[in-house]
Amino acid sequence: MNLILISLLVLGITGLVAAILLYLIAQKFKVEEDPRIDQVQEVLPGANCGGCGFAGCRALAEACVKADSLDGLLCPVGGAPTMEKVGAILGLAAGAAEPKVAVVRCNGTCEARPKTSEYNGVRTCQIQHNLYVGETGCPFGCLGCGDCVAACQFGALSIDEKTGLPVVDEEKCTSCGKCVKACPRNIIELRKKGPKGRRMVVECVNKDKGAIARKACLNACIGCGKCQKECQFEAITVENNLAYIDPAKCRLCRKCEDACPTGAIHAVNFPPRKPKEEAAPAAPAQNVEPKKEEA
Amino acid sequence: MSTFKIGGVHPHDNKIYSAHQPITECPLTTKAIIPLVQHIGAPAQAVVEKGQKVKVGELIAKAGGFVSANIHAPYSGTITKIDTTIDAWGMKMPAIFMDVEGDEWLETIDRTPDVIRECNLEPKEIVDKIAAAGIVGLGGACFPTQVKLLPPPGKKAEVLVVNGVECEPYLTCDHQLMLEHGEELMIGIQILMKALGVTRTVIGIEKNKPDAIARMKELAAKVNGVEVMPLKLKYPQGGEKQLIDATIHRQVPSGALPIEVGAVVDNVATIYAVYEAVQKNKPLISRVMTVTGKSLRKPGNYMVRFGTPLTEVVELAGGVPEDTGKIIGGGPMMGRAMNNIDMPANKRTSGLLFLPENESRRQEPENCIRCGKCVSACPMGLEPYLLSKQAELEMWDEMEKHDVMDCIDCGCCLFTCPSHRPLLDYIRMGKGKVGGIIRARQMAAKAAAEAAKK
Repeated sequence: MNLILISLLVLGITGLVAAILLYLIAQKFKVEEDPRIDQVQEVLPGANCGGCGFAGCRALAEACVKADSLDGLLCPVGGAPTMEKVGAILGLAAGAAEPKVAVVRCNGTCEARPKTSEYNGVRTCQIQHNLYVGETGCPFGCLGCGDCVAACQFGALSIDEKTGLPVVDEEKCTSCGKCVKACPRNIIELRKKGPKGRRMVVECVNKDKGAIARKACLNACIGCGKCQKECQFEAITVENNLAYIDPAKCRLCRKCEDACPTGAIHAVNFPPRKPKEEAAPAAPAQNVEPKKEEA
Repeated sequence: MSTFKIGGVHPHDNKIYSAHQPITECPLTTKAIIPLVQHIGAPAQAVVEKGQKVKVGELIAKAGGFVSANIHAPYSGTITKIDTTIDAWGMKMPAIFMDVEGDEWLETIDRTPDVIRECNLEPKEIVDKIAAAGIVGLGGACFPTQVKLLPPPGKKAEVLVVNGVECEPYLTCDHQLMLEHGEELMIGIQILMKALGVTRTVIGIEKNKPDAIARMKELAAKVNGVEVMPLKLKYPQGGEKQLIDATIHRQVPSGALPIEVGAVVDNVATIYAVYEAVQKNKPLISRVMTVTGKSLRKPGNYMVRFGTPLTEVVELAGGVPEDTGKIIGGGPMMGRAMNNIDMPANKRTSGLLFLPENESRRQEPENCIRCGKCVSACPMGLEPYLLSKQAELEMWDEMEKHDVMDCIDCGCCLFTCPSHRPLLDYIRMGKGKVGGIIRARQMAAKAAAEAAKK
């Protein structure tokens, strides 16, 4: 009986002393942390993809709590709704960030870009890119091994077997930017989605002179500058034999698309999907509402 | 008979196709393209203009830095343009284009077949002459030779190691050079010994070339301090560090150059070029290359002037065989499959190998069974299975810790792997990445040091 009592007492007192010690130490070395960081982290998606530019969701949460305004801070995965929730917690207005989407700037399909060799090594773009020009003659174009597909955590990318090019599922794409980093040829770009998802894109990154680019791929941008002349909004620049459409200036008039002799400029998500059939009905529509033109 | 201690593999040497084929001059081309990058280091800077007439041997591009090499006109004619051309892997490279007119040589070049033995130049003059002639290591790496001949302060060369190993299967150009130009090689060796101030030379030759060993031994007997050392067959014995281990039994530390252990290694083809430059005033404008393959009609060793399209060399060898599955620039172990053969011959092209379709496929990789064969085969004592996995998982820091930068790209791991894993592919990618990280770090450290000074 005595034995039980003594053990209970000893253990009890030891426990109590330890508890007091732990409490004191915890007080002494307490890390002051804003409880809102946890709250903000709670509403973030938790994918830790790094698409926001910070090392994971907690880092973004910390940055949001520290910041005076949410401008420039954006979770690309959660998008505007998530940032509104974050704003509500912090009592700040959510920054006006435009939704973006990954765009594959290569339209060198199998027909346009015939194979000149067969790659027999490891099926990754990175290794193939280090070795040589690739299976086709274009040193800038897509290698088609799918490094971007492997990098995407959201299943938004897939290789189209017919064209051999990656296709972006715009519903799933969160514009985290992983694919942009994964592509050894810098073909993928994050561009703003545009009104109703409509946008004009030069789907080519070939900087070779026209004749060489054309020899490698029928759909290549040859840097002829026709789109630049056609554009009334100065949205198109031609540099290093390659046209680029500035999404900020483009008014979607689609004139550049018609002007392009190689079909390197693509109009995405416009109502009639096939460009040639579209041309007629699209023309009157242009007059009704001002469209943006990117070339 | 000696060889290097760690690792190595024994691929079938397949030299019978082109061995003992006399060196044949390749006919002159009509339109030459001379690349400005034919060596390791900075590209050469063109010193000619469009429309200018040049003679054979005239300087057309000068070295673009300390580690770089001069380039001379291999043909006489008119420069048509300075533009870019496509190399054998489809990538762009700067080049000088010229229309060939006749074959007019600079008067200073001695074109007689006489062997000139006397050399009364000072070591400094010899090195200058070699640098002026644009000589690079013709064994494969194309490292400018004059840089090797100027040891950094505090280091002294003790032994000249001559690389007559030719461990790469199929290639026979060095073998044939030793047979046909042994005397010139001996003079070249003496010139280099004088330039370096060394008294000992070891010529390493693998035992599958008994006639070359006999010929070199016969010639070496007349020269003081030169010794011919027959070596066991083992790939990659022609690697600089492996050859030093095999011949003079010294080990070059990780990350160091051979001069660290007092050795300078030069290939026989380089030494022949040195002889021609110093004794005959002939700059490096041609080289011997092996064109070979099982189904090729006339495999052989061809003396090709730089700038000649490889297609013309192939025509000379009987054209591309019908069953060709892969064309490799260089040997089967270190060489790279080529995308096209329109590229001009240059200092780097040591061989062209035509593999038939059934030999050119890679087998489907299977899982690593941790057998450790790659570890025992690696001549640098690395762990290829680990490095390749680390590269796959992008663990660059770990790769650096495991000395990936010591990898010499020899391909022994890939050759020996029973699961056909693409070990070298990944390691090479990792090496590129880690090299970039190291360079960036050095640049940052340099910038920080400069900032601290201010």
